[in-house]
Amino acid sequence: MSAEVLYTFEVILNGLMAGVMYALVALGFVLIFKASGIFNYAQGVMALFAALTLVGLQNGQVPFAHLLNAIFGTDMHYFGWKLPTIGGVPVLAIVLAVFVMIFFAWAVERLVLKHLVNQEPIILFMATIGLAYFMEGFGDLMWGSDIKKLDVGLPQGGNLWLEEATAGWGGDAFYGFYIDNLDIWATLFAAILVITLVLFSQYTKTGRALRAVADDHQAALSVGISLRSIWVIVWSIAGFVALVAGIMWGAKLGVQFSLSLIALKALPVLMLGGFTSIPGAIVGGLIIGVGEKLFEFSIGPLIGGATENWFAYVLALLFLVFRPQGLFGEKIIERV
Amino acid sequence: MMDGGSFVTPDGRTIGDVLMEVRNITLRFGGVVAIKDISFDIREGEIRAIIGPNGAGKSSMLNVINGFYHPQDGEIWFRGAKRGPMKPHAIAHQGIARTFQNIALFKGMSTLDNIMTGRFTKMRVPWWQQAIWTGPAEREEVENREIVEKIIDFLEIQAIRKTPVGRLPYGLQKRVELGRALAAEPKLLLLDEPMAGMNVEEKEDMSRFILDVNDEFGTTIALIEHDMGVVMDISDRVVVLDYGQKIGDGTPDEVRGNQDVIDAYLGVAHD
Repeated sequence: MSAEVLYTFEVILNGLMAGVMYALVALGFVLIFKASGIFNYAQGVMALFAALTLVGLQNGQVPFAHLLNAIFGTDMHYFGWKLPTIGGVPVLAIVLAVFVMIFFAWAVERLVLKHLVNQEPIILFMATIGLAYFMEGFGDLMWGSDIKKLDVGLPQGGNLWLEEATAGWGGDAFYGFYIDNLDIWATLFAAILVITLVLFSQYTKTGRALRAVADDHQAALSVGISLRSIWVIVWSIAGFVALVAGIMWGAKLGVQFSLSLIALKALPVLMLGGFTSIPGAIVGGLIIGVGEKLFEFSIGPLIGGATENWFAYVLALLFLVFRPQGLFGEKIIERV
Repeated sequence: MMDGGSFVTPDGRTIGDVLMEVRNITLRFGGVVAIKDISFDIREGEIRAIIGPNGAGKSSMLNVINGFYHPQDGEIWFRGAKRGPMKPHAIAHQGIARTFQNIALFKGMSTLDNIMTGRFTKMRVPWWQQAIWTGPAEREEVENREIVEKIIDFLEIQAIRKTPVGRLPYGLQKRVELGRALAAEPKLLLLDEPMAGMNVEEKEDMSRFILDVNDEFGTTIALIEHDMGVVMDISDRVVVLDYGQKIGDGTPDEVRGNQDVIDAYLGVAHD
């Protein structure tokens, strides 16, 4: 095989893995939108907040340190301990972060959603914008605004084994596939997460209740499903997905406030995959990932590069024109 | 005949004590009075019909019983206790299941999954245990699945077990919805126009299922119907509503002879 074909193949592989990272964020949006019809603008900030919480807990950072120091005239920043890890993986901190996200879901239902039942979707959307900026500020207040390194014990850098194993394929001009270890792990985790979610929604009582609420509120109530507890569960799961996305993106880019902007990367994925389809979020993510990497690789050099910033949106726009409900979204039929 | 304890119907079934009683219910929407001072009871084991012309307040009454609407005045007694204002999902947990006039199934889900949601109140393993599929979670799923399969056999819908219900014809959807309500093993089953929009054959099938449910499981059934013919054949007692008021209550024969009821159905002018 010629080196050029192999490099193209490498670009596709990297695109697929980038796509998985986008899909992780998009998944959170889909879960909440399906169950409650809310477009949760705060999903990206939830990923940031989850990652901040994880790092803060792991490193024994004092929450609200600035505030406490200002009030009590102290100078605390760290408790001076770190939570134990198992094989370099901060298991305890991850479990605690999951509980924080569940508590967050409960608080959102209690303080926000409960009061907005039966409101227009645009009102709920506005509420999530407010929530997003509140959380950003709250995260800042709680954990500080400096960039933090997130080490979850996953190997980083190119996968040497893969590189060596494939180096001989394309002659002298080809040095083997370069795939980041972290991307491989992210793909693995995303796959496990998605399979678990699908099994959960297919074969458990709560999973069926989630689908039931997404389908018909009145009927769901009539069989004894409490909408409010379902919303807490949905937001908890979305919080968990945000944590996974926050870990993967945080490990890659460092935990910083620009992390919340990954939500913007999920938008074209949603337009492509449809707002109501879990498989759509995955396939949409993969198409966007591969599409933008291939475009950058083949067309990018001709037009000055930096196409990754806009390509996804143009692709999504084209899709919208021809298939407004997305690849897998439910068909939009309006009776007149 | 209606006073005191249980009684025996002409076809030999024993009707028990009062299961549910509504007392002086009044329901208003703004200035519109949908239900005005209505009282009646439903006894254990009976098939109780609520009939009346369009706009008589039948569906509103059902929605009051199942908690979608909260009446401004009146009391609801269920199983000997007065019921405070409750959310519909909590009422479902008390053992009241229902179907809807315009069919409210989960259209994207299969027949099996729809009926499984009917088991919601009977499944108690917490959700985090389901998420990691513990032993109790698996056992509960299997046990409830078996019960649902029995209901599917009972309603003769084995052939459409895996079909998304949105694709089923109307008559079958009605039957699946009945299955979902039955799956809850309700103490009181509310049927909102179970035969609306059906052809004669489908109506006969549905009547048979309603009678079989009552006969085999002893389920108390309250049903609303627009069409008097079928109702008179299958129900033990009938409440007749007109313009939000009760104009008749008794056995089908008593109601049939009631002048107010005849007037309401034949459209005699109200003064």
